[in-house]
Amino acid sequence: MPNNSKVQPPKAPLWARLTKHQIIIPIAALLALALFNLIADPSFFKITLNETSNGNKVLSGNIISIIDSGSELAILALGMTLVTAASGGQDISVGAAIAISGSVMLRVLCGSDSHSATLQAPIIVALLIACLVSMAFGAFNGALVAFFKIQPMVATLILFTAGRSIAAWINNNELPIVNDESFGYFGNYIPGIPIPTPFLIAIVCFIVTWLFMKFTSISLYVQSVGVNEKTSRLNGLNPEFIKLMTYVLLGLCVAIAAFIKVSRISTINYSVIAKDIEMDAILAVALGGNALSGGKFSMSSSVLGAYVIQFLTTTLYKFEVKATALPAYKAVVVILLVVLSAPTVREKLARLGKKLKKSKPAGQAA
Amino acid sequence: MLSLTSSEGKLKAPRSRMTDTNLLTMITIVVFVAMYLYAYFALQQGFTKPQTMLNIISTNAYLIILACGMSLVMITGGIDISVGGVTALVSMSCAVYLDMHGGNVYVAMLLAVGIGLAFGIIQGFLVAYLKIQPFIVTLAGMFFARGLTTIIHTNPFNVENKDFIELKDSRVTLPDFLGSYTRKGRFIPATIELGVVVALIIVAVLFVVLKWTKLGRNFYAVGGNRQSALMLGINTQRTVFVSHVICSLLAGIGGFVYFMHVGSGSPSHATGAEMNAIASAIIGGTMLTGGVGNIIGTLFGVLSLSLIQNIVSSVGLDQAWWTGITIAAMLCIFLVVQSIIIARRKKTNMKLAASKVPKPKEASS
Repeated sequence: MPNNSKVQPPKAPLWARLTKHQIIIPIAALLALALFNLIADPSFFKITLNETSNGNKVLSGNIISIIDSGSELAILALGMTLVTAASGGQDISVGAAIAISGSVMLRVLCGSDSHSATLQAPIIVALLIACLVSMAFGAFNGALVAFFKIQPMVATLILFTAGRSIAAWINNNELPIVNDESFGYFGNYIPGIPIPTPFLIAIVCFIVTWLFMKFTSISLYVQSVGVNEKTSRLNGLNPEFIKLMTYVLLGLCVAIAAFIKVSRISTINYSVIAKDIEMDAILAVALGGNALSGGKFSMSSSVLGAYVIQFLTTTLYKFEVKATALPAYKAVVVILLVVLSAPTVREKLARLGKKLKKSKPAGQAA
Repeated sequence: MLSLTSSEGKLKAPRSRMTDTNLLTMITIVVFVAMYLYAYFALQQGFTKPQTMLNIISTNAYLIILACGMSLVMITGGIDISVGGVTALVSMSCAVYLDMHGGNVYVAMLLAVGIGLAFGIIQGFLVAYLKIQPFIVTLAGMFFARGLTTIIHTNPFNVENKDFIELKDSRVTLPDFLGSYTRKGRFIPATIELGVVVALIIVAVLFVVLKWTKLGRNFYAVGGNRQSALMLGINTQRTVFVSHVICSLLAGIGGFVYFMHVGSGSPSHATGAEMNAIASAIIGGTMLTGGVGNIIGTLFGVLSLSLIQNIVSSVGLDQAWWTGITIAAMLCIFLVVQSIIIARRKKTNMKLAASKVPKPKEASS
């Protein structure tokens, strides 16, 4: 991203610093959406404390549903940002990979009997196995990208095509149902905690990633590989390994997102689970102001971008847009955002602004 | 098939060697022929009759058209994932227009072309002149087209317009030697759908354009190296714009061909068509990095892709998931082979280039 501090002369240091940072894009979009909702219907922001059927007090409201259902997207956005930054391409197989690791999880939990009354394995074991499988698939994608130098979108097209088929194959096309109540806690609410669990998981993931970035030089390595692979090799980095690692980390994010997705409904539907989520995840990265061609990145912007997308979705639902027609409206908003943040458009706007400023004093002098 | 193309702005091997483009195309054609021979001799069943293959082509005529447009954009270094959405939108709007507004078939054709053009112009403008990533623009295009399809009409329905049914059922009869006899000895002539004719015309036209016109060479030049193309005086922005317009236009035409094949409108039509088109183009030897690709290869890419689906289901792996897994495996093998070949060629090209330089400088990269 070209910094636009040149465009806007700093009036206040904080403002200048903020506009310089790419996080301004998702924040602006979020504020615009919030303002729109505030004008259209202030009750959008109402949060109430309701009691569920089993006597559990939980918060509910549009805002809560946004932070709840945007969690998977936010977790995926973490990994997708790294992949985008390092390899300059996107992984389009995350939806299919979620289906695979969800399927693995249910296979481990239910064993051979798809409707068993008790869990066949502890949840943590299922989660770990799903993480390993998902990371293995991530490594497959990463190896194609890093060692065979195949463009990321094409390399992940393989898993995109095969993923849902593999997921169905793992469970022999049956739909196992988990009957254990505690499995549902991770996708809904833990008794006694009024905040939806997926949001808590997302926060934990974000903090872990942040600490990881803070105390290691991974973030610098990833950026330098994304900016210039040859130079980073000359500086003693191993670009192939770093690319591979970003895909493996995305695999980990996929497994956690799959865990939430499966836990929400305690079962799985191979063709529908996490459908089109890859598109949303890429949009979240783009909305976060990260260059899709790699290089510099900001995790928090992507995460915020993910919640902006969820905010948009919920807003559209509020206005009774049909679920199937949703993409059309989303597309219009996305195009508007992308056009406004395009470097050429910004330059032109800036030039227009300068012209206006110049012409004003000239007019006064005359 | 030998080296006709030498103006790609790339380091070239001597003329006797094949270009990357032609080599990748040859591999695809060889694989297709091998698969067909396998099906013909080992599986037999229906594969011995030419009509089986012709039916496969008829079903996939629309995919050939979409994949041609996709190859063009990919050669120029972009991508267009809105083609599947445009196909669904075209078939739905034509269906609604013909059935609920008593429309004319020819106007419906114009409508299809118009929708394609509109998508092409908007997407092309955003990609070429505002320099937004083609992936994002066409992703939004796909979302928009899919959403608009359900806004126009939600439920799938069959078209009962008389003129259209006539058009849909019309077949082109091929020469006698391709026909077959029933068990009672009655002769059945081999037929193909009109869409196949359209697809083949488009393949021929694009082949000529890419090979022998200035515009066609510009596509390769811009895809190969945009900076050098600009320095050669090529209007790169306009070239990218034109590639997107042609791709979406072909998506519109492909949408109508698809509509002629299925004869109905539905929001779930052509699901995943964009990915199939990309996969066919890649199997046909087009590279997403741009500058390498061939329309004939794309044609065989589509044919290989559809043939292997039929082979898989007829060897008994008829569980739904096998199709997806086979296509992916095929794609994987092709990609790895391509990547290895290109890497080896780069090495030999560099050696060749180094041997021509009198004082070899140290290879820094």
